[in-house]
Amino acid sequence: MTIAAEVQKLRKTYPDSLSVVMPALQLAQRENGGWLSPDSIREVADALDLTPAYCLSIASFYDQYYLEPVGRRRIEVCTNVSCGLAGAQQVVEAFEAELGISAGETSDDGAFTLGTIECLGGCGWATVVAIDNRHRLRVSSDDVPGIVEELRGA
Amino acid sequence: MPEYPQIVFAGTDGGAVTDIDAYTRGGGFTALARTRAMNPDDVIAELETSGLRGRGGAFFPTGRKWAFVPKPDQLAKPHYLVVNADESEPGTFKDREIMLRVPFRFLEGCLIAAHGIQSQHVFVYIRGEYEREFEVLRDALEQMRARDLLGGVTVVIHRGAGAYICGEETALLESLEGKRGQPRTKPPFPAIAGLYAAPTAVNNVESITTVTSVFELGAAEYAKLGVENSTGTRVFSLSGDVANPGNYELPHGISMRELIYDIGGGVPNGRALKAVIPGGSSTSVLTADDLDVKMDFTSLVEAGSSIGSAGVIVIDERCCMVQLGIRVSQFYEHESCGKCTPCRVGTRWITQILQKIEDGRAGQSDLDLLLSVCDRVMGKCLCPLGDSDAIAVLSYVDRFRDEYQAHIDLGRCPFDGESSLERILAPSAMHAHHGHAPVSA
Repeated sequence: MTIAAEVQKLRKTYPDSLSVVMPALQLAQRENGGWLSPDSIREVADALDLTPAYCLSIASFYDQYYLEPVGRRRIEVCTNVSCGLAGAQQVVEAFEAELGISAGETSDDGAFTLGTIECLGGCGWATVVAIDNRHRLRVSSDDVPGIVEELRGA
Repeated sequence: MPEYPQIVFAGTDGGAVTDIDAYTRGGGFTALARTRAMNPDDVIAELETSGLRGRGGAFFPTGRKWAFVPKPDQLAKPHYLVVNADESEPGTFKDREIMLRVPFRFLEGCLIAAHGIQSQHVFVYIRGEYEREFEVLRDALEQMRARDLLGGVTVVIHRGAGAYICGEETALLESLEGKRGQPRTKPPFPAIAGLYAAPTAVNNVESITTVTSVFELGAAEYAKLGVENSTGTRVFSLSGDVANPGNYELPHGISMRELIYDIGGGVPNGRALKAVIPGGSSTSVLTADDLDVKMDFTSLVEAGSSIGSAGVIVIDERCCMVQLGIRVSQFYEHESCGKCTPCRVGTRWITQILQKIEDGRAGQSDLDLLLSVCDRVMGKCLCPLGDSDAIAVLSYVDRFRDEYQAHIDLGRCPFDGESSLERILAPSAMHAHHGHAPVSA
């Protein structure tokens, strides 16, 4: 189904079609390899009779819309207080060493984007690492080489 | 460890009930049938006698909130129930476990609440990071739909996209309407002009799930649990430097000592307890001297803090309290929506002054400036986000003044690179190169 067709379906879910803008951006991002290009923003705007500027104002507000290309796998380490106390920084540094990039960067081959992230709501199972929005719990720095190997093999 | 009554997690035996037959066999949906046979006003009245108060952080009586929603004959607009499943308060991870383990009790509560406020429309706003929780709820909802349990009520699960501020109810409503998640001025309150400017009740996941339990047990029976002003149980999220972190459903009024030591197994490796954040990172810090405080609304207010979202973070002696302040302030700085100037500028400024103190570059006047900036944020904005930063940081300075002073007197961090939060990289710092050049504090 095209974005436009899926958006028309979503419109029936809400009393006001403006409410569809977030799920529509999410769809467009998924279709575009994990980020929102100017073209994908325009596609959402056209489907909802909104301006691209409006859709961009939404996309830029929320952390889970990416306005630049991201790696094929997205690794985000929670570094809020509880994860921090459990050694999240060591986990970040282990990923940096294993991937050869700093937090905030994408690897040259486009395979990985590494970042830190605010509280993922898994404080009791620290450190929490989100890989493509799926949470790994109780990750320690020792687990990192195995995780990267697994992701490289997948 | 004594046995505590399980209300929210009743019937799970430590696991999850994600099959509708299993839930029904265990007495599921009887509360829904009972309430649907009642007059909506009687549902609200019974809920009020249970003493249930909101579990999201503000602790507002749930029944009274519903009573504020005008009756359909008073205001002829669609009525909405909006459930806040945007759990993002650092230290809090209870709603997630509730949705995973008792999705039917939660959805049953949504339908009871919809009946109480005479609504045909339920929206569950779940944070975008909760992917599995979304899938579990969606599957549970499909099972209920297949059994014709929805009774004509539409239930939409709407996914957020990463913004702590959308846990604030009016920001959540803006976001649900397809706008940037920025808080509204109040009044009008959501009960009168909420979603799409129509009457709306906004309730937290744990509150709604507990509603089902209240009508299973009966309000009078429920009210026997807990203590005065804080009836019933609470799902405490325990994390940080503690042997057995996790969610624990316990009656209100249990002491912090019982929670951390008897249930949580205490601080590992024989280290000394230094600080406890009792209700999510927005709440004032407590110290080892406060261990006998009871975990209920009134007792925590008397102790100078708040039960908040019941996210309890235990901090041992290895942690530098200036670094804690920086990390907490970086969070609020990152999550400030930018609408109100004191919050937008103040959270950033607080972080910068704290960094200066941590780096040993601060003089006495910087500490005074820090307190002054906090004071200029408090109560000056539309929502409590900026206040949360100020309240937290002020409490760290207040309770650990000597440690802050030592940074200034020594011209360096007394932990000498050995603090448990050393070098911790916040997203706001990671993104620093995308933003403006830092201004000197």
